[in-house]
Amino acid sequence: MNTWLFHHWHAFFLALRRLAGAPLASLLNITVIGVAFSLPTGVYMLLGNIQTFSGQISGVPQLSVYLKLDTDKTAIKKLESHLKQYPQIASFQFISKDKALKQLKQKSELADTVNSLTKNPLPDAFVINAKSVSPEALEQLRAEIQKWPESEHVQLDSAWMERLNVLLKLGQLAVLILTALLSFALIVVTFNTIRLQILTKCDEIEVSKLIGATSNFIRRPFLYFGAIQGVAGGAIAWLIIAIVINLINSELTNLVQLYAVDLHLYHLSFEDSISLLLFSSWLGWAGAWLSVASHLWQIEP
Amino acid sequence: MISFSNVYKRYPNGYEALKNIVFTIKQGEMVFITGHSGAGKSTLLRLIGAIERPTTGGIIVNNHNVSKLKNRAIPFLRRNLGMVFQGQKILFDRSVFDNVLLPLQICGFDHWSATGRVRAALDKVGLLGKEKVLPITLSGGERQRLCIARAVVNRPSILIADEPTAYLDAGYTRDIMNMFKSFHQVGVTVLIAIPDAGLLESSHKYRILALNHGELAT
Repeated sequence: MNTWLFHHWHAFFLALRRLAGAPLASLLNITVIGVAFSLPTGVYMLLGNIQTFSGQISGVPQLSVYLKLDTDKTAIKKLESHLKQYPQIASFQFISKDKALKQLKQKSELADTVNSLTKNPLPDAFVINAKSVSPEALEQLRAEIQKWPESEHVQLDSAWMERLNVLLKLGQLAVLILTALLSFALIVVTFNTIRLQILTKCDEIEVSKLIGATSNFIRRPFLYFGAIQGVAGGAIAWLIIAIVINLINSELTNLVQLYAVDLHLYHLSFEDSISLLLFSSWLGWAGAWLSVASHLWQIEP
Repeated sequence: MISFSNVYKRYPNGYEALKNIVFTIKQGEMVFITGHSGAGKSTLLRLIGAIERPTTGGIIVNNHNVSKLKNRAIPFLRRNLGMVFQGQKILFDRSVFDNVLLPLQICGFDHWSATGRVRAALDKVGLLGKEKVLPITLSGGERQRLCIARAVVNRPSILIADEPTAYLDAGYTRDIMNMFKSFHQVGVTVLIAIPDAGLLESSHKYRILALNHGELAT
């Protein structure tokens, strides 16, 4: 156990020393890995932000039923009882034209314009929360309510959500493809670095083998080297994204002031950050392993 | 103990380096292997450390059948052998101390107990004052002593040296030979290849295995 620990500590230390031994080359390698990795990570971060933002706007799909302007109170009562009978409807809320006008005055900066109106232009409306979120069921419900003589227009609020979701799925696919391609690049970078190292350490490897080093003993420092380089590259990618988010957020504050919406980007969650580092270190390790496996056997005493 | 029984070594190009080698070296014995260049001395020593495998025949080292040893087990065999290689194989990118430290690192010694052993080995070969210098600054004789220190730092039961006195003058040769004798005196089995028995002092009382074109002269 003690020996095992010592061997790992020794390999880790040796890998760090080799990294520090060629600082410029190490820095360039790590930066290349970081830049390559910041691309899929950045797209992933953007997608996450879009998802949270759209979730803030509308969690459950809603139907807005705008009634004809001449609908009277008895007709509205009749409609309410009618709506209660629908099994697909989870809940609904009546919003009178007066209430809608009040909300409009409170919420937006159009208050002055609204105040100057002589007559309330808004219709009475029902806001319906459907039970099912499937686009087909929602569309069916919309069509049915649209047929009522009192309804002027039925709007499916989730329509744009659906489109966004399709776009987000496309984005996720793009992240996957980017990750696959750039992971390959990371493996290649590590493979070549380790290959060069093995070539320069030929004597050491040969002598070590001659005096009783196991293959694991020889392999370990290279694997640690690859993993450390990968982790450092992942950290650089994280930093690049942090800087980009900072830049974008400072621009966004101007936008926020103009449009009075709360909009800013968030960095990766703690779990995602850890996953990024683990994944990049694993890739570095894999690249190193491939390199060691394909070159070490050539050095035979 | 080292024992060869009917060992043949044939290279892929058809060259027969060793033919029907039979001998046994007892624990604690000191033996010289002599023979002209190309007689098979190095090949014989390399077979003991499993650096090469015999074509046929059995080799027993410390009760292990080396000719049938799995690749995975070879490192552990080599850790019980102290080997001084013909090409010296010194690592010039690290100090004398770190060169001798390497076998202990491979065996997993912690730094504290390793330091003591390295110092003891360097002291035995008279290089203690030069532990911090780079090997490039050492003379030929000192480099050979460094190789010996590296071979014995593990306290092996068998010490093997392939022409340890090549390119050294008579003074250095006597020096190195005395060093091997002192290891023999503390119970280490010592096996040394030299080109010519004339290098030995006439009063020697050690066993000689003479190789001639791959065959042992009886």
